[in-house]
Amino acid sequence: MILRAKEPFHFYSRLTLTVLTGEKTSNLAGLLDHLRNAPDMVVYQHTHRFLQQHQSLVPEPPNDFAYWVTHTLLDEDLGERLSAIDATRFDSLRALRDALAATISRALQGSGRRIDAPSGKEFYFMRAVRFSLPTDHYAFDLREFLDRLNRVSLSSLYLHIFEARLRPPLGVNDFSLWFEKELGEKELAAAVDRLDPYTQTMEGLRRRIAGLVEERLEGMADAGA
Amino acid sequence: MQELEEYRPIVGSDTLEELRLLGRRLAGKSVLHVNSTAVGGGVAEILNRLVPLMRELGLTAGWDVVKGGDAFHAATKKFHNALHGEKEEIGPRDYAIYEQTLDENLAAMKLDADIVFIHDPQPAGLVKVRIPGRNRWIWRCHIDLSRPDASLWGFLKGYVERYDACVFSAPSFSQELPITQVLIPPSIDPLSDKNRDMAAEEIDAILARLQIPRDRPLVTQVSRFDRLKDPLGVIEAFKMAKVYSNARLLLVGGTADDDPEGAQVLSRVREKAREDPDIMVLCLPPTSHLEINAIQRASTVILQKSVREGFGLTVAEALWKGKPVIAGAVGGIPMQITHRFSGILTRSIEGTSYWLKQLLNEPAFARRLGESGREHVKQNFLITRQLRDYLLLFLAVENPGMDMIRL
Repeated sequence: MILRAKEPFHFYSRLTLTVLTGEKTSNLAGLLDHLRNAPDMVVYQHTHRFLQQHQSLVPEPPNDFAYWVTHTLLDEDLGERLSAIDATRFDSLRALRDALAATISRALQGSGRRIDAPSGKEFYFMRAVRFSLPTDHYAFDLREFLDRLNRVSLSSLYLHIFEARLRPPLGVNDFSLWFEKELGEKELAAAVDRLDPYTQTMEGLRRRIAGLVEERLEGMADAGA
Repeated sequence: MQELEEYRPIVGSDTLEELRLLGRRLAGKSVLHVNSTAVGGGVAEILNRLVPLMRELGLTAGWDVVKGGDAFHAATKKFHNALHGEKEEIGPRDYAIYEQTLDENLAAMKLDADIVFIHDPQPAGLVKVRIPGRNRWIWRCHIDLSRPDASLWGFLKGYVERYDACVFSAPSFSQELPITQVLIPPSIDPLSDKNRDMAAEEIDAILARLQIPRDRPLVTQVSRFDRLKDPLGVIEAFKMAKVYSNARLLLVGGTADDDPEGAQVLSRVREKAREDPDIMVLCLPPTSHLEINAIQRASTVILQKSVREGFGLTVAEALWKGKPVIAGAVGGIPMQITHRFSGILTRSIEGTSYWLKQLLNEPAFARRLGESGREHVKQNFLITRQLRDYLLLFLAVENPGMDMIRL
């Protein structure tokens, strides 16, 4: 018997328009200075949005700052440290910004030789305008969830899995929250929460979630047989 | 004319569904595009495809063209070059002709659509008749504005500031302006002759007709014979890499009869190519879309060794065909290639040669780059993404100053 939720899962899409702020920097000190004062949506653009734009690449360049520091300023040491900052595990953009800024600040205190980006290769600060778009897809149980999961866009997937952690309840993705709260599926919720966006494409991630749900449905069928 | 449904096998049902959901939010809104030509050039090409798609999504989309005589076109051609950073003599007469021609156009144009979408500098001044608050105006700049002539930009800026928003193709093209500046890169149409799928037999037949041998790896650069595309640098890089490979090089470009500098570059390229039987130079008419498509698909590695570039959509075209691409890190190219993930970015002849040798001798790595590149283009540089960005822009100008718009 498949449990039906009282509240259905409603899939939304997250679409983004990129706004140019007109601000740029050619060196690490400038990057830190701008970043410290950057609004949330600038941080979002260069981390979450960057991740979505490059989600088809594996391994995935993790954020714009790490990519620019590594490939333009040729600072592999700092690039590595910035790459290791997992944007999807922060429950606020402010905390993410502070972690990025603290890492750059520590590097600036070191004695390494620093270069400026050549003209035309500066870091351009951009800001995201986000759109929240309700789709026509609802699911009341796991079987419907599986069907809808295979129909929604990758931006919808990203929204519910990773961006969801930025809003209350903080640090929790929408799928896991619904699985646990509406269907009592604690293990499935935990398994989905452990998925890593950096080591697979979003299509790969969709297949992984679908696989987990299918396994659970098979488990239920076996238990019922 | 392509219908939205025809893109489904390429971009997927989810992309079309998002477009239709956005279309519902904008249904009935009128949008008028204005540019300076109905045929020829990239802007007309993209509007020819985008306007019908917008209509299909429920918008009342129209397209108008500013008309002008030879003097207007001569003046705006100078504007175009100067905005690209080239030295031009622009005098009071040029500005007067510009103003006068736009005034004549204004007398015959109806600019009362909900959104007036002006493309490029030629019609930019039409905004002079705008009544603030009545409707929304957007200026779309398709050209590289990273080094504009200061005096000309000062003149145009007076108009641009009267728009609600402007759109640039790359971050480095943005300017200091009091209005919202949006980044919307251009795109390619996967259903056009230049990019549509081709059967192996069709590719074989075209290559045979063009007498391009297929028995060895083929390295290709498709671009005008222009020094900014560095065809001579391509030849040098190829010669250095050839020590470790048996590849052939093919330089394909348009005829350059009407461009004295282009003719000069072509003649030097031919002279250099004569020194090596493995280098081929091919001049094709500008309508050779199928031929270019076939050549790109038959190539082993594609180069775009530009030293300066607007956006460089030939890179997206090559990536869309799943080809490993080595390209100069200039203009809009770094937006299309993430170095060592979806292609290779270089800054010198030596670097181009080094990576060419690597890709020719490591086909598995080259294939991986090509596959990632195609996926990156699919997500970010197809016409459906540009259409979606324009729809989002229309919604954004109706909700100014908002970071999160709930639809």
